[in-house]
Amino acid sequence: MTAGTTRRFNIDTVAIAETTPGQALPWAELGLKENEYRRVEEILGRRPTGAELAMYSVMWSEHCSYKSSKVHLRQFGEKVTDAMKEHLLVGIGENAGVVDIGNGWAVTFKVESHNHPSFVEPYQGAATGVGGIVRDIISMGARPVAVMDPLRFGAIDHPDTARLVHGIVAGIGGYGNSLGLPNIGGEVVFDSVYQGNPLVNALAVGVLRHEDIRLANASGAGNRVVLFGARTGGDGIGGASVLASESFDSSKPSKRPAVQVGDPFAEKVLIECCLELFKASVVEGIQDLGAAGISCATSELASNGDGGMHVELTNVLLRDPSLTPGEILMSESQERMMAVVTPENVAAFEAIMDKWAVEYSWLGEVTDTGRLIIEWDGEKIVDVDPRTVAHEGPVYERPYHRPEWLDGVQADAFAAERPADLREAVLELMASPNMCAKNWVTDQYDRYVQGNTALAMPDDAGVIRVDEETGLGVAISTDANGRYSYLNPYEGARLALAEAYRNVATSGAVPLAVTDCLNFGSPEDPEVMWQFAETVRGLADACQELGVPVTGGNVSLYNQTGGIAIHPTPVVGVLGVFDDVARRTPSGWREDGQAIYLLGTTADELDGSEWANLRGHLGGQPPALDLAAEQTLAAILVNCSRDGMIDAAHDLSEGGLAAGLSEMALRFGVGARIGIDEVCERDGIDAFTALFSESQARAVVSVPRSEEVRFNDMCTARNFPTSRIGVVDTENRALDVQGYFNLPLDMLRAAHEETLPKHFG
Amino acid sequence: MSASSIETPLIGGPQPLASGNEDSSLNGVRVGVVTFPGTLDDRDAARAVRFAGGSAVQLWHGDHDLQGVDAVIIPGGFSYGDYLRAGAISRFAPLMEQITAAASGGADALPVLGICNGFQVLTEAHLLPGSMIKNDSLHFICRDQRLRVENAGTFWTSEYAQGEELVIPLKNQDGQFVADNRTLDELEGEGRVVFRYVDGNPNGSRRDIAGISNAAGNVVGLMPHPEHAVEAGFGPDSSARGAVDVRGGTDGLGIFTSVLKKLVG
Repeated sequence: MTAGTTRRFNIDTVAIAETTPGQALPWAELGLKENEYRRVEEILGRRPTGAELAMYSVMWSEHCSYKSSKVHLRQFGEKVTDAMKEHLLVGIGENAGVVDIGNGWAVTFKVESHNHPSFVEPYQGAATGVGGIVRDIISMGARPVAVMDPLRFGAIDHPDTARLVHGIVAGIGGYGNSLGLPNIGGEVVFDSVYQGNPLVNALAVGVLRHEDIRLANASGAGNRVVLFGARTGGDGIGGASVLASESFDSSKPSKRPAVQVGDPFAEKVLIECCLELFKASVVEGIQDLGAAGISCATSELASNGDGGMHVELTNVLLRDPSLTPGEILMSESQERMMAVVTPENVAAFEAIMDKWAVEYSWLGEVTDTGRLIIEWDGEKIVDVDPRTVAHEGPVYERPYHRPEWLDGVQADAFAAERPADLREAVLELMASPNMCAKNWVTDQYDRYVQGNTALAMPDDAGVIRVDEETGLGVAISTDANGRYSYLNPYEGARLALAEAYRNVATSGAVPLAVTDCLNFGSPEDPEVMWQFAETVRGLADACQELGVPVTGGNVSLYNQTGGIAIHPTPVVGVLGVFDDVARRTPSGWREDGQAIYLLGTTADELDGSEWANLRGHLGGQPPALDLAAEQTLAAILVNCSRDGMIDAAHDLSEGGLAAGLSEMALRFGVGARIGIDEVCERDGIDAFTALFSESQARAVVSVPRSEEVRFNDMCTARNFPTSRIGVVDTENRALDVQGYFNLPLDMLRAAHEETLPKHFG
Repeated sequence: MSASSIETPLIGGPQPLASGNEDSSLNGVRVGVVTFPGTLDDRDAARAVRFAGGSAVQLWHGDHDLQGVDAVIIPGGFSYGDYLRAGAISRFAPLMEQITAAASGGADALPVLGICNGFQVLTEAHLLPGSMIKNDSLHFICRDQRLRVENAGTFWTSEYAQGEELVIPLKNQDGQFVADNRTLDELEGEGRVVFRYVDGNPNGSRRDIAGISNAAGNVVGLMPHPEHAVEAGFGPDSSARGAVDVRGGTDGLGIFTSVLKKLVG
């Protein structure tokens, strides 16, 4: 569709805005606060046009502007040392961070939320969450190679949970499987605090050569601006401002029209087409269209580049010709990209579009005026400094204070009677919603496609080969524990990082970089804001101590219904690197007679644990964290992997040793004889505590007999406590904890695997 | 683009692979791998050909030239999004006309393998009978699946023993093979059921059928993905041949060596 068609609206132009200062505009309906609207007027020196109002309202929304979180997030930059920057090629602020993994290869990765849309429309919300994060990866110049999905739902037996689980899992599978991206891990957690606010976080990883990095900027006056991919429709209008930046309220009408609809086929074609564009070097800058659509892409490209752009909006190809200019600017239709192309490369660009049958339209050009000018049929409807839209939005120092109830909660330690029958307790734990087998979910995702998956669920981390020649590859794990963060948000964030870091090291990779998705309630609640501030402080401190920088991520606020917020849930993803993924360590033992060692010490730390959760208790303090011990443990696990000293390793976290031993035995269906009395005596604990405590900096490994001396020498040299707690036993298919119980693996597996099918069929 | 390597636009370019097969006489065999919009497992199929010792050649759906390849693989994926019906649009691709004509010839007919979406395309193109509908669970299923080779006499199964079992990954949404009883009886009677699911039917396929052939045995389609069980370290956790290392299953490799050896022999 070209300019001058029959689409006629009462277009609110800049000229009209200048002459009608008193005209009332629906800024409140678009999510702007009064002070924000006055600020827009001040910037422009007049009232905004309808189109300008649309742009500012979406770009200044919480989701796009980080206006409540920005003052805290700065710590991720401030607490980065030069040593931490060593592997960082692109840091925070771009579409995704990029990390050097050696041999000229780089990896880009990021986790984002799609929580609110997924509650309103589970299938499409979850599907487009995958689509959005994958486009972030493509726009860095990378080929996407894997996805992961940390998910949190309400109570497993709540009537609404099945709707969300079915829709969200099918949406992730339906989109990700169709893109040809292996899904290599994630989390599935059930807790009633997420009932009205499920968390659907999506992580994507991409690989590229150093020289292929692309950034989102529009430079070079006279260069052409092109929009390509799917047509623009009425879907997702105001998704960022209306859905993601406000709490749900049952008194308002359904927000379904604000959810986007995904087309994975269009995105798959877009991936291949973009990679061909990069390879042919025909784009100067590129930006995906996600939240805030064309408003975001034009203002960000312009303000990151030479600062000017001129666009004719009637050139946008539409799915629905009745859209107004403001709606076109706000639409969050999926599978679209915007690029900057030099005039010489226009023909080459068009040839690649034609090969992949991708639609495109030339919207305008880069200028050096410092203004973003958008016209509708030749009439100026937007005339702004793009920096004021994209980067100079409002910043709030939201008030925050420590909740008064926290002292009471922290004083309420777990003191329930300990079960007499430990075998029953292990079965109950392993069948519980959070500890049960998740293959009902992960079997709906393709983990094989691309042929580079070296580990996937249920191992500790997902492992992907990057370079087929050398075996160079990466490991990724995401973790969070909302209960720990509820008890102590500072420590909870540090614990989430420690667990992801430990998981990556357990698989054998050297931890290198971090991405995070910070899921919280309303920032307008000072207690929630305190949780947020504490979380960022804790995570930034822990990143500094462990020497791994945050490279990018996302903040999701307003995850609350009425006055009830979710637990603070910082999902932390850690990326590690392998010289050769052939060295990765799986999470289960297989060889008869191998020695089983417990690394680390165990204290009575049941507060916030899965066992306490099963008894309906949440109080006390989360487990103590010693990051120096975590670093030593990680170094041991990585060295063991490099030198072939261990055949299996599994970190201990939720569910403690009981869960760790059960999962290791079930991984390949091989039993073990275990003795815990020595550990109990050494650490001064009882058998129940040894099995169910969630003390940190622990892992279980299986060591071939021939390697035991070398293994023990290494742990001794590093002064790290170990205990030989048993042997692998291929004869008896049972987990035999001597003196306490014998648990046949068939019985354990049945309990472990029946939970999700029982609830979701 | 060299004829010996497939190249969808992978950043950094494709990497040379150590061949899994020592027989250097096979690398003269050129196996085409077709890419449609929405094809996903094309690079994996090409890797499998190279692992078996052959040379993979990229074929683009819109071309009219088979580039003189000795055999063709139509790989898995969601061509055209499977929105209308799996394979329904792809069968009209210009290259499919060439493939259909070449595969229908007499004694020299072109060997063609359709994997997953490729199998669906072959049924839509009427190179194979029957059709695929949604899995009876209504879910996408990804699992390591045990199969039995029911006919070791085809171009694509000659390296296996009759009745040999394999473990290879299965991953699809529309994997339930259906046909009328007369067609099913005919397939059974003529030995054209090439693979059958064992240890449980994963998707409701009629008579546990996982793969079939045409009457001449040069065209074979199957739903599971043998190209994902060719490289130790990146395959299934198990093998029908005994214990393997983690993700060490390579039971699918024989499908690719079968066609290479047939063509050389």
